[in-house]
Amino acid sequence: MQIATYLLQNHTIMTLQEIIQPANKVYGKTPLLTDTPMHYCPGCSHGVVHKLIAEVIEEMGIQDITIGIAPVGCAVFAYNYIDIDWQEAAHGRAPALATAVNRLLPESCVFTYQGDGDLAAIGTAETIHACNRGENIAIFFINNGIYGMTGGQMAPTTIEGMVTSTSPEGRDVMLEGYPLKISNLLTILDGTCYVTRQAVHTPATVIRAKKAIRKAFENTLAKKGTSVVEFVSTCNSGWKMTPHQANQWMAEHMFKVYPLGDLKDQ
Amino acid sequence: MARNKGAVVVNIERCKGCHLCEEACPSDVLEMNQQTNAMGYHYAYMANAEACTGCVSCAYVCPDACITVYRVKS
Repeated sequence: MQIATYLLQNHTIMTLQEIIQPANKVYGKTPLLTDTPMHYCPGCSHGVVHKLIAEVIEEMGIQDITIGIAPVGCAVFAYNYIDIDWQEAAHGRAPALATAVNRLLPESCVFTYQGDGDLAAIGTAETIHACNRGENIAIFFINNGIYGMTGGQMAPTTIEGMVTSTSPEGRDVMLEGYPLKISNLLTILDGTCYVTRQAVHTPATVIRAKKAIRKAFENTLAKKGTSVVEFVSTCNSGWKMTPHQANQWMAEHMFKVYPLGDLKDQ
Repeated sequence: MARNKGAVVVNIERCKGCHLCEEACPSDVLEMNQQTNAMGYHYAYMANAEACTGCVSCAYVCPDACITVYRVKS
């Protein structure tokens, strides 16, 4: 019996060695993602979106002209993970800083990377005005419905009935208002050319999200105006769930309020 | 039945053991190891290597880009 197991293991190892050859490689970490381990919690959606942005920049060959604007929030250290030029904005002011960078360096490809506490709360004015001016930037918006970094407090995007550390009985819309669908608001502004809502919880949605990121960068290079890509995301630590449970909860509850798909494409 | 043969290599020190690759794998190839890495996480490994088709589902959903996928067409 022991001999049989040994043979089986040996056979498996040999087969694997034959498969694991550079010529057979179909997918791996893009060199644009640095070797610094990301500080995000296990299973956090930020990592997937970082990876997709890095892959698209690499595939389009725009590493030298791309400038990212890092936010305040969990993604504040984004500049440590993607090997491009970055600027760090004050809380919520990423679209204002992106405006400045793009106007000073018009040939650059500028994008902001913001969470919902950054973009849809303290930075609402900057977001709306940058989009209304039609600044030639891409905005990547991670919407997980809470303030993840500071301990899972209720955010403007928190859905009705959602339990957070500051709404332990669930969000009461009579007291705290309705969830802010800021991407829908941005569609009515003439400055936006592309507004879409994506997710990254399954292989299929990841592929669609990557296409949306690519389109946003292509719009920026074509100087078409502001592109907004919202990612409905999880914060499993803040939601007090496992990563898989958080994905299921998001698909069941968040997608009703934030349905996926293109909201505007001109 | 002819199917592609695949294999994944997990960057053990980057893996945080979030189980998302395990949930995404349609062939139940991946599991979390009993061993832990330097960060203290149970990292993913191929528990059922023969079933792997190299479909890349695990690597697509991996938040830490730890998975490299190899595939041989049969």
